[in-house]
Amino acid sequence: MKKLLIICFSFALIPSLSFSAGSMDLDEYIEGMNIKTSDVKSLQRGARNFFNYCSGCHTLQYMRYNQIAEDLGITEDQLMKNLIFTESAPQNLVMNNMLKEDGDRWFGKAPPDLTLVTRRKSPEYVYGFLNSFYEDSKSPTGVNNHVQEASSMPHVLWDIQERYSEEEYSQFLNDTVGFLVYAGEPIIEKRKSMGAWVIGFLLIFLIFSYALYKDIWREVK
Amino acid sequence: MAKNTESIFTNPLLRWIDDRFPLSSLIKDHATEYYASKNFNIWYLFGVLSMVVLIIMLITGFFLTMNYKPSADDAFNSVEYIMRSVENGWLIRYMHSTGASFFFIVIYLHMFRAMLYGSYKKPRELIWVLGMLLYFCLMAEAFFGYLLPWGNMSYWAGQVIVNLFGYIPFVGETLTEWIRGDYFISDITLNRFFAFHVIFLPLAIIGLVAAHILALHHVGSNNPDGIEIKKNLDETGKPVDGVAFHPFHTSKDLVGITVFLIIYFAAVFFAPEMGGYFLEVDNFEPADPLKTPEHIVPSWYFTPYYAILRAVPNAALGALFLVLAVLLFVFLPWLDKCEVKSIRYRGWQYKFALTMFAISFVALGYLGLQPATGIYVFLARFFTITYFAFFLLMPFYTKLEKTKTVPERVVYKKKES
Repeated sequence: MKKLLIICFSFALIPSLSFSAGSMDLDEYIEGMNIKTSDVKSLQRGARNFFNYCSGCHTLQYMRYNQIAEDLGITEDQLMKNLIFTESAPQNLVMNNMLKEDGDRWFGKAPPDLTLVTRRKSPEYVYGFLNSFYEDSKSPTGVNNHVQEASSMPHVLWDIQERYSEEEYSQFLNDTVGFLVYAGEPIIEKRKSMGAWVIGFLLIFLIFSYALYKDIWREVK
Repeated sequence: MAKNTESIFTNPLLRWIDDRFPLSSLIKDHATEYYASKNFNIWYLFGVLSMVVLIIMLITGFFLTMNYKPSADDAFNSVEYIMRSVENGWLIRYMHSTGASFFFIVIYLHMFRAMLYGSYKKPRELIWVLGMLLYFCLMAEAFFGYLLPWGNMSYWAGQVIVNLFGYIPFVGETLTEWIRGDYFISDITLNRFFAFHVIFLPLAIIGLVAAHILALHHVGSNNPDGIEIKKNLDETGKPVDGVAFHPFHTSKDLVGITVFLIIYFAAVFFAPEMGGYFLEVDNFEPADPLKTPEHIVPSWYFTPYYAILRAVPNAALGALFLVLAVLLFVFLPWLDKCEVKSIRYRGWQYKFALTMFAISFVALGYLGLQPATGIYVFLARFFTITYFAFFLLMPFYTKLEKTKTVPERVVYKKKES
């Protein structure tokens, strides 16, 4: 009987063992990847990177400026001066001035919104993508990408990659992708810390419920 | 059990109520004087756990409805709004999305318990049939709910499942249009699926749960030995092998519920996506009728049936097999010809068949997640055959069983040998 159950349940484990996040081989491009969404400083730098290098073309259409400010400990003054480059008010969603039709015309396909990109594609994918541009004279942008072949995105970080050491560049990517992970799920850190409290409470409650059970059942043979 | 109508209260207000409402007798009939076997093992937890999940789903669903907008233009945005701007909206949403998967986990284990210990056999056939109706309602509830986030996988999986009705001869095409209210899944479809999800099916489920429990308490619970404890009463008319549901089984269940909640909340807080099984990556992108996901896969709890659908070379036949695979469960009480209930005392034939069935179900669930190519197709066909063999050959192999003698009293052992 016991054996039967063990056999059944070891089969139940098969799907979880064989699952892998992506089919593509990203390993080569994500060696320096080390994202810490608990590191507010890193997220602040990531926000700076995003608004300076990405936000001209990409939006965060589910995210509000002032929520970023609140979560990352940025004052409204700093927000207005350093992160909002449009006429937007702090309570607005992070949009830009590129019309979809223009985007389609200029790039073949308008630059996608990035709020959920790390959840749709995985942080590894985004990191690998930004880390695997290479020169390609056949491409209209002069560059191509190992992770996403024939991407219509130009290598907007080329001067940074040129100027920075390998370590500095991977730090830049970790900050930026970390910020995008945060944007995909702003409560990610709150979720984990609240989870620790809830599980902790339940573990203590388990002691009491078990003691109660033992006490009530003590006379049952 | 003799009907005892005496009040259990001394409090005057409760007494006043008791004179006008059967409060005392309800409490006695269903809790303090409802006797269930004292040798329940872990398998007997999944009934109460499905109640716990049902309550979690009703409460979180109620709060989600306050902020969700069932329209093609707003649905996806409103879910992100819940995740970001609604106070603790993320927690409510994750509890609901994780709860959906846990609902099926506990229901599948609950059903398997019935198959282990013959809980569907006489006199509990109707409990089983009501339970199966509940399972069908749950599947429909999950299917309708799955469209609501209006992600791209929601959209396409919904498309595929609705199209299954198109295989019905003559009326299929008309029927799919009638279900969708449109030529494709659209705003209209979303709106009516929402109505099914938040009103019709929850009401049906609550009503069926009440009937399921009333029927259970009428005939009494089964036990791991599959013997009727009501046949062995002490001088006061209580079953010798039974203990009152409250406080005995409630205190035991509380331990089980706590352990369950630890596992459930670990998923809610630390792995709400569960590697793409609870929340699919394609659903982080709004529904796009022009962009089909690479692999359209239904939620993991439907994949055994999905594998059966794809294993059959003819699509219409595949759809028929899928329906049969679900429906056959209903007939278990009549397919099983063995007199002995519990697997503890049954012959090797049923033990072997049930093991094969469990392996087939899990393997099909795995194969439903894989692309339908090469070895996967072969395996899916193999396990489809073993799945159906379990049911269709049951009247024959259960007749051949050499059973052991069933004891008079329940066997109370801490460890199963």
